[in-house]
Amino acid sequence: MSGAVEETPFRRIVKDYAGNKIAVLALVVVAVIIFLAVFASLIAPQNPYDLAQLDIMDGRLAPGAVSGAGWTYWLGTDDQGRDMLSGILYGLRISLGVGFGSAATAGVVGSALGLIAAYAGGWLETVIMRLVDLQLSFPAILVALMILAFLGKGVTNVMLALVIVEWARYARTARAAALVERRREYVEAAECLALPQWRILFRHILPNCLPPLIVIGAIQVASAILLEATLSFLGLGVPITEPSLGLLIANGYQYMLSGKYWISFYPGLALLVTIMCLNLVADQLRDVLNPRLQR
Amino acid sequence: MTLWILRRLFQAVLVMLAMTVIVFIGVSVIGDPVEILISPDADQAERLRAIAALGLDKPLWQQYLNFLWGALHGDLGRSFVYNEPALRLIGQRLPATMELAVTAVLLAVLLGIPLGLLAGLYPNSALGRLAMAGSILGFSLPSFWVGLMLIMVFAVQLGWLPSTGRGATVSVLGVPWSFLTLDGLAHMAMPALNLALGNIALVLRLTRSGVRENLPMDYVKFARAKGLSPIRVVFVHVLKNIMIPVVTVLGLQFGSTIAFAVVTESVFAWPGMGKLIIDSINVLDRPVIVAYLMMIVLMFVLINLAVDLLYTVLDPRVRLESAE
Repeated sequence: MSGAVEETPFRRIVKDYAGNKIAVLALVVVAVIIFLAVFASLIAPQNPYDLAQLDIMDGRLAPGAVSGAGWTYWLGTDDQGRDMLSGILYGLRISLGVGFGSAATAGVVGSALGLIAAYAGGWLETVIMRLVDLQLSFPAILVALMILAFLGKGVTNVMLALVIVEWARYARTARAAALVERRREYVEAAECLALPQWRILFRHILPNCLPPLIVIGAIQVASAILLEATLSFLGLGVPITEPSLGLLIANGYQYMLSGKYWISFYPGLALLVTIMCLNLVADQLRDVLNPRLQR
Repeated sequence: MTLWILRRLFQAVLVMLAMTVIVFIGVSVIGDPVEILISPDADQAERLRAIAALGLDKPLWQQYLNFLWGALHGDLGRSFVYNEPALRLIGQRLPATMELAVTAVLLAVLLGIPLGLLAGLYPNSALGRLAMAGSILGFSLPSFWVGLMLIMVFAVQLGWLPSTGRGATVSVLGVPWSFLTLDGLAHMAMPALNLALGNIALVLRLTRSGVRENLPMDYVKFARAKGLSPIRVVFVHVLKNIMIPVVTVLGLQFGSTIAFAVVTESVFAWPGMGKLIIDSINVLDRPVIVAYLMMIVLMFVLINLAVDLLYTVLDPRVRLESAE
């Protein structure tokens, strides 16, 4: 029965991944979260940034309260009378957008620099790797703080800061993988065919360096989302017109002391679930994609 | 060995110089200080005079050298907001941050190592599994949100602990400290725990994997064969070998803890330098931003240096390698 299906690397990876039920669940949750974020405007009961749909009389209602218009605020409302559930769905969109966007950009830039460092060697490698060392000797939050202190807040600046914070780890990983790959025979063969260097680098070496980069990428998406939330909470991240989860939590801070917990609690819960599931997926990917652990 | 230390020192100076260049360029990007310092009513001659007084008419490299010269003499400008030397302002807030960070690292050691030993020695016990699950949570939890939840539970709902501020302090050598009074300790409990959370998880994992790695080794078998008590084997022989990575990571983490105190201090309104920098960024108080950045970069460079040196003392293998 099973002999009929050919064992391709992709099928093996899927099968290995499915071996851990928690990781599968985490992947499903991540997929659901991405779906909710992408289709937030269709799913959310309210557009929290359309002033016409808000009723200031509904401000700071507890979870389960019924709105003036007759429907229920399942997660309560914030000080402006926005439905928290809708706010979280729209916030997820910004958090995930910034997280995936910056992690992907950093991945492209960092991997390219890492590959070039490994392939070119010499002074170019020294310069790139020294920069990586310098970058990684300071914690991400400090580097991001520094950049945002210089550039000011805004979605673009936050993403730029995240890219600058994250490229180094990709570069280090890509270089380490490429150094191993470039000594392989297929690279030698490609060189004998007198293929252009960029082609050998990006068409031959890069695909073989992808597994560790994918794992790093999954971790980096989670840490980018977390860092963006932290920066936004501090008031240095996204502007008030584009509230991410971090900004929603910051918004509820002042109402916390009067016991109105839901304004901060639920966005935080959404953030926690997102990050934890991403981390679990990354963990399982590492186990599955690591050739040393293959049975 | 001496050569190695010298080379390492030279590297540290180089990093420091690179950071001054980055901060200097960054500050030049923030915006024109002339706009902030000179009143909009000033006429052209007055503007030029002020620009000359600030040294902004000189070429950029000379401005940089002036900045460097000032920094070397502890002069990083006066705060626009407090009208005090920026460095003194940072210095005043430093003890509060240090107190918090040191307590957080101590908590990480006192909680992380025993839990890690437990999880390493009994990996299949309920407690061991719980500790590991908790450590994964420790990495995933948004620290600022945990801070808010702590306030909600312990300050708002239960009313056990005060939510913000430093509480009563005692002056020692002219510096106020919170950890010497009961009220101060109560104020410190939540922020310190909040700041320690990530470190506890880290130390726990390091200790656990260290125990798991070391237990099957020959020296442990030998120590057991000698008839030493299991307690002595674990606490003297195994623990000593685990301490090397733990000390290194904790040393490096100390810098991150100080940097991350920015978040904790903002949540608990702890009057340390982290809260000062966030306030300063929001009002564009440039001298304070620069002073904070230079200070923390210096701290990082020194910590990295100290950890490297300490490593050679703790681990003879490193010493032998560098001697070759």
